[in-house]
Order: sequence, then structure tokens, then C-alpha cells
Amino acid sequence: MIRTGFLAFVLALCAAPAFAHPHVWITMRSDLVYAADGSITGIRQHWAFDDMFSAFATQGLESKEKGKFTREELQPLAKVNVESLKEYDYFTFATVDGKKVPLGEPLPDYWLDYADSILTLNFTLPFKTPVKARSLNIDIYDPTIFIDFEFAKEKPVTWENPPPGCKLQIALPREMTYAEGKALSEIPADQPNLTMQWGAQFANKILVNCP
Amino acid sequence: MKWSAGRSWLLAFACLAVCGIVLSLADHALAQPFGMSRQAPPVEVGGFTGWILAKQAEFYRMLSGTIRAAKVDGSAAYTLLGISFLYGIFHAAGPGHGKAVISSYLVANDETWRRGVFLSFASAIFQALTAIAIVAVAAVLLNATAKTMGDTVRVAEIVGYALIILIGLRLFWVKGRALISLLRAKEPAHRDHAHAHHHHGHEHHHHGHEHHHHAHAHHHHHHDENCEHDASAWGHAHAPEPAELKGAHWLRRGLAAVVAVGLRPCSGAIIVLVFALAQGIFWIGVAATFAMGLGTAITVAAIASLAVGARSFAGRLAKGKAGKGLIVVRGLETAAALVIILFGVLLLTGYIVSERLVGV
Repeated sequence: MIRTGFLAFVLALCAAPAFAHPHVWITMRSDLVYAADGSITGIRQHWAFDDMFSAFATQGLESKEKGKFTREELQPLAKVNVESLKEYDYFTFATVDGKKVPLGEPLPDYWLDYADSILTLNFTLPFKTPVKARSLNIDIYDPTIFIDFEFAKEKPVTWENPPPGCKLQIALPREMTYAEGKALSEIPADQPNLTMQWGAQFANKILVNCP
Repeated sequence: MKWSAGRSWLLAFACLAVCGIVLSLADHALAQPFGMSRQAPPVEVGGFTGWILAKQAEFYRMLSGTIRAAKVDGSAAYTLLGISFLYGIFHAAGPGHGKAVISSYLVANDETWRRGVFLSFASAIFQALTAIAIVAVAAVLLNATAKTMGDTVRVAEIVGYALIILIGLRLFWVKGRALISLLRAKEPAHRDHAHAHHHHGHEHHHHGHEHHHHAHAHHHHHHDENCEHDASAWGHAHAPEPAELKGAHWLRRGLAAVVAVGLRPCSGAIIVLVFALAQGIFWIGVAATFAMGLGTAITVAAIASLAVGARSFAGRLAKGKAGKGLIVVRGLETAAALVIILFGVLLLTGYIVSERLVGV
């Protein structure tokens, strides 16, 4: 009986996703892109890696000028980055009026830039179909916490052509460490996240509410 | 010889403690398997793991600044070693396959505390060496890209995980068979004969392995007494090669576990080494990696000690009551071996991921 219990125990544990520790930190800025009719078409992301990972990722890459990389020189790496992010759904999860909506693959104009020893990945994640949302919720996080995401302190989220009357807020995981501007630390009550994966509590949320 | 309910509960508890220690390392979900309380707020779990995570993140993030500082100021190198050491301690306190495999291995093999500590240190140092070797060869000598290093890590990882499965299979074969014959032996109620046959049993015990297919008739009788002398020896009577399973060759056996665990380098160490290399202070990075390894070793040794302690507690409880108790202990060992296999398979198939080098 004990053995049976033990096995159940093992399986129960293994069924949960393994969780680890971040080795990559990303400081991000996001732009919400809207069409003229007020529907959101995509999210433009700018992810700046921490200095250690930036050094790691650029190790051995060839460049004309030592210590500097051009956009062209970084393009193969950008391709690898974007392609390997697919498996993780680009760590970006959108919910429209309480329903999950799929996001498409990044537009082909993605690129990496390198400045002050920091590597930044830029890409636009389109909605498969542009949507008009009364309540839009975008979570950006790694469920397994290998990557730690945090919003940039300045201009963490911007938007282009937002529909009139909409309100943009961001919700930070854990405690609020910087409370500039429109930061809001509470996850709204209509957002029950108990069933979500554990890492969801580390999610950075972008919330847009429209009348 | 009545198996008292209190005692069996205690034993069950001790077994659970062993399993708990071993398994909790593999996952954050400490509380989850005990209660059906899946709706318990994850905050509780996140509290402790979150704290470890936060500490670890804190130290890891301090590393980059300290490495930069060490480039211009030699004394910052000492600070770097201190931080690396602390990072190692917290890093290892988080869930990871190394502790789980080492602890399961110790439980399955009924190894002593001292050996457990030794193997923990050996695996942590070996892991540091793997990271250093990969970066030294790939980045320093060959100026390879991060992708190449990632691929190298992947190969080392696959070999390591396969080795874990092999170790688990071997243990499972040995311990599982010991358990099965113990269960079979229980059926004919020969308890009264146990005493009389004791010495007889011992003889079989010595040349048991040649005879094990047709020797049932006698050697099942003696377990009552024999297990009080040495709870482990009994099971090995059926082992293919008893000498290899216990005693003199523990180190050689243990080395397989050390290699299996240590082959997968810590991603953090690799990144730190490459970063140090980029700053032109690779050797300071190497020293920091060893400091990390030392910190990791201390945590792993502490956890392994807990597992060994709980295991021997269970063993002592079982010793008092023969038969059932021994079955539980053998069951525990078999289960620990199964855990090792399971781990290896899940790691190899990528169902659980111990570490990851992302997006390169």
C-alpha cells in the first residue's frame, strides 16, 4: 500500500512542470498596435537581455569591429532566437474578454541590436485575427521561470492609435518595486488564475479596458 | 511478533519522509502531493521557493556587477568568490535533478552518511569541472559560439541522463528482485523454522548467486534473523554480483552516479564563465565556478544527509519487526531505484527540464 502510495506520489510530482531558476533576465518594453477601426493587431516587443546573457549569446560571433555588432551580423542569431521562442509561445499569452486567443508567428521584420553590451531582441507578434476587446489581458512570462521578465522602468508599455476611452494598465508580479505612472499591482478579481501554471504569478500583465 | 499499528505508521511516515526529501527536490510542489488541496493558494508554495528563487536571483545578478568590478579591482575578486559561494548554496536549494538523483541513489543503496556527503561533494565539483572544461575548450580555445556550447551541453546532458537511467535500471533489477523474493518468501509461513535454518541460510547466502534460480527452498527462511544483522545484506543474496553492490566498491559504483549527475553543467556557471572571459578575466571566472560548486556541494550534502537519515530511521524501525518491515524497506529501495529511472527518462525525453540554455 505504501508502495502504491509512493508511486502515486512520484507521478503526481512529475506531472507538475518542473520549475527552475532564471539564468536570463529580460527587461521589456511592449507597444500595442491598433488598426484604424480600434481593433488590436499585434504586440511589438523589445526585449533587452541582461549583460551576462548578452555576453554569452554574442560569444564567438564574428564582427568587423571588435565589441560591436551590426544588425546584419546579428541577424542569424535573431533568427535562432525567434525560431526557438516558438516552442514557448513567445512567452506571450493574450486573453480577450476572458477567452484565450492565439497569436501568430512573429512578423519577418524582427531584429537584434547591440548597444552598451546589451543585446535587445525586437519582434512583432500579430494577433491571428485583429480583435476589438472590451477587456484585453496580455501576460508575458515564462511558466518555468527560466527567464525572468520585467517591465522597463520607463515607458514599459506604449500604444499606437488606441481606441478612445480605453484605459491601459500594467500589473507587476510580486511586489511593486517601482510604481511610476500607471502601474497597478493588483490582479483584477475577474481574473481567476488559480488554475494557471505556477509561473503565472510571476506574469507581467498588460491590461486594456475599453468602454 | 505483532506488527503494532503505531510502529507501522511511524515507518510509513519515515518512508514518506524519505520520498518527500528525494522528490521535493525535483519539484516546487512540496505541499501538493500531500493534500488534495490543489486549490490551496500557490502563494504558500511560492513563499519558500519564491524566497530561494529571489535570493538566488539576487546573488546571480550581483555576480555580473562583481565580475565587472573584479576586472579593475583585485579585491572585488574575493567578493565575487563569496557571492558565487552563496549563489551555489541557494542555487542547489532550488529543485534540480542532481540532488534528487544523488539522494535516491543513496536511499536505494543504503549508503552511509559519510559516503553520501562524499558523493555530494564529488558530483558538485565534477559539475563545476564540466562547465569549466566546456567553456575552456569551446570558447577559449576554439572561439565557438554560444550555440556550439549549447549543443555541447546538450550532448553531455543526453549522456548524463542515459547514465542515470542505466544506474536506475541496475538498482531496480537488484532491489526489485530482492523485494520479489522477499514477498514470495512470505507466502509459506515458515516463521518458526527461521531460527533453525539461520546458519543454513547463511551458507546459501555466500554462494547464493550461482544458485539463485533454484535455491528458493531454503534461503527464504532466514530473513528474520539475518536482517537484524544487516538489513542490506539479505537482499543482495539474490544479486547478480553481490560484491559490487555493497562494500568495497562503493566508490567505483558511486562514481557512476557522480558522473551521471555532474555531466550536466550548471547553465549559470557557463554563462558566468563566458561573461568573465568577455571581460578578459577567465581565471577569476574559474575560481568563481569552483566557489559555486562548493556552495552547491554543501546544500546537496545536507539534503542527501536528510535522505540518508530518514532512510536509516526507516531501516531501524523495520529492523525491530521482521518480515513486513523488511518488505517496506526493500520496497522503499526499489521505489527509490524506480525514481532514478523515472527521472532519467523524464529528463531524457525533455518532459522535465533541469536547466536550460535559452534561445541560442
